[in-house]
Amino acid sequence: MFPFLRANTLCGVAFIALLAMAPAHASEVSELRAQLDALKSDYQAKIQALESRLAQLERQVAATPPAAAAAEPPPFAPAPSPPAGGGGANAFNPAISVILGGRFAQLDADPASYRIAGFMPAGDGVGPGRRGFDLGESELTLAANVDPYFFANLTASLSGEDTLSVEEAYLKTLALPSGLSLKAGRFFSGLGYLNEVHSHAWDFVDQPLVYQALFGGQLAQNGAQLKWLAPTDLFIELAAETGNGERFPGTHLAHNGLNGAALLAHVGDDAGDSVSWRAGLSWLSQRAENRAFADVTDTGGAVLDAFTGQSRTWVADAILKWSPHGNANLRSFKLQAEYLQRTEDGQLAFASTQQALSDSYRARQSGWYLQGVYQFLPRWRFGARYDSLDSGDPAIGLVQHAVLPLADFGALAPATPSRVSAMFDWNPSEFSRLRLQYVWDDARMDVRDRQLMLQYLFSIGAHGAHKF
Amino acid sequence: MNRSACAAMAILISMVAAATPAQAALRVLATTPEWAALTRELGGDKVDVYAATSAFQDVHRVDAKPSLVARARNADMVVAAGADLEVGWLPILLRESGNARIQPGNPGYFEADASLRLLEIPTAVDRSMGDVHPQGNPHAHLDARNVAIVAAALTARLKAVDGADAPYYEARGSDFQARWKAALARWEAQAAPLKGMPVVVIHRDQVYLCRWLGLIEVAAIEPKPGVPPSSSYLAELVTRLTATPPKLILRNAYNDSKAVDWLSARIHVPVVLLPYSVGGTPGAKDLFGLFDDTINRLTGVTK
Repeated sequence: MFPFLRANTLCGVAFIALLAMAPAHASEVSELRAQLDALKSDYQAKIQALESRLAQLERQVAATPPAAAAAEPPPFAPAPSPPAGGGGANAFNPAISVILGGRFAQLDADPASYRIAGFMPAGDGVGPGRRGFDLGESELTLAANVDPYFFANLTASLSGEDTLSVEEAYLKTLALPSGLSLKAGRFFSGLGYLNEVHSHAWDFVDQPLVYQALFGGQLAQNGAQLKWLAPTDLFIELAAETGNGERFPGTHLAHNGLNGAALLAHVGDDAGDSVSWRAGLSWLSQRAENRAFADVTDTGGAVLDAFTGQSRTWVADAILKWSPHGNANLRSFKLQAEYLQRTEDGQLAFASTQQALSDSYRARQSGWYLQGVYQFLPRWRFGARYDSLDSGDPAIGLVQHAVLPLADFGALAPATPSRVSAMFDWNPSEFSRLRLQYVWDDARMDVRDRQLMLQYLFSIGAHGAHKF
Repeated sequence: MNRSACAAMAILISMVAAATPAQAALRVLATTPEWAALTRELGGDKVDVYAATSAFQDVHRVDAKPSLVARARNADMVVAAGADLEVGWLPILLRESGNARIQPGNPGYFEADASLRLLEIPTAVDRSMGDVHPQGNPHAHLDARNVAIVAAALTARLKAVDGADAPYYEARGSDFQARWKAALARWEAQAAPLKGMPVVVIHRDQVYLCRWLGLIEVAAIEPKPGVPPSSSYLAELVTRLTATPPKLILRNAYNDSKAVDWLSARIHVPVVLLPYSVGGTPGAKDLFGLFDDTINRLTGVTK
């Protein structure tokens, strides 16, 4: 009951026993014994006193009614709630949550050669990652209300390669009228469904191919988003975003002003007490200037291609969740699909050591995925996903005007990459997840990459709240 | 900007404007069915109450569904249980609502548990203890005496939010308190034989009911809050409960029956299904029905 007292007593006994072992006169021994007895009785008295005080307090608590019902509380006064962070200055600390993620991957094909055939390379967020153990991404989120008017959130990502990056750092208004809210800073664009979802909340280890091909993973905006919620019982959300647009497919522009905009619309509701859904349509337009990528020619020579022009993307998304009476403790099912289509219109430059050429370029590329995840027992889920891309048949001026053969644009040869993924995960609690994923990846077209991945995700700190 | 996208948005906005309902009653979004029922009792026809969850849902685990975001957008007031019961979804609803009236700190945000003295406030919290609540056990409505305390606080708040109808809320509040007081006496008399009866619960959400009626919780099927039992824990439970058998195993409407039925068959103790909240059983039509039915079911099995 009082471990610290016991520990002290034991220490005292051990210490005295050690002393007693040393050669000593009989008088010293008896003196020590007397001291020990005195110590023992002293502690026993203290323990008894504490126990009687505890019992007395317990009786008092039991005798008190749950709360004073007689006095009517005063008209509105902010409810006093116990400080969360130990009181004092720390009471205002933001909610801190940390996600630890890591994985083990076994890949048939060398991930260094990974590419999505027919699509211009979209940057770092593409591919299955490294072979073997990989620390993956650890995520640190700090969030709190700034004052009655703003909410602030910072999400930093620490990669296994020892880099620190800011995933999201934004302010969001809380007190604008008429269902309006403004978000500003860096944030994941609200287009589609999966773009806003952080990696630890994905149902598979990696992003759908179409997100990798068209956004290099996820599209973040450095800018602002204005959102309006309709005053209806049907969920209708309209938003407009604008910003620097420097992330793929846009690029940094060499002048003042914004690069492009996104318009988003989402609708959602319940269908009975077991099903809820959301569907949406988004449109993104950005400009790219000298968006360069390395390519190889027919003869294996290295060239640098670059696209300059307008990039427009449509996204249609839909998600449906089912659980019996809305109780997802035992069983639940989630079905989601998105279709993305991009049109790029402008100039394509071709630069090798011998020549530098440029002519028109126009391509319409698209892709979709469909995935389902079924929770068949409280802690167990399995899921399947199918990815499909169509690079279309790009109209490359240099090829159409017979300046260069199509084979000189290895990365742009028409292709229809696809991928099949199967997932199985075990969730010991709401805060931990272990996942096994097996993938048949035909993104390269010429070689099938079979990928086996084991992933862990652990969450510590503040209880996370996830969007639908 | 793309012309067709602009046109589409203009059409949507005009559709929405046409569909906007005329404002009448005070719109309240209540997170749980019991506090939705209390708001209906106290607000009468001056309030339009929407319950975010039903008695068949585990309020710890609910999605911030689009339908709820839409209700939060339009609410004049949110009535929540509080004490972190809704921590996984209510913060998102509030933040996504674009509605300043219902943000914490404003009169339009009400927490029932804030006016109560909660049980089981942990001195230290750590997730190894399971799904513990730093502010105490939030399932406070099952002690019917707490309902009266929350009712007084909620009446005061309704008067503050909707000042024009204050006398109406005052009158309904007094009427409710009088009826509740009478019902409390009836329930306590009816439940007197239950005092000292040993029971087994699933989650620690019957603590307040047990304390109020004097039932003694001898075991919980969840070894720690929110943690499902392992087979070895269940085996240990069977050994322990065979030696000192309880009178009843309590199960809430939203609980799975598998674990309790398994235990019931082994230790030969009946399971009693309790509504837990309004709507959990056919008898629990409103707050009075909730306690009538709960006590009928408890006393019915023991007769």
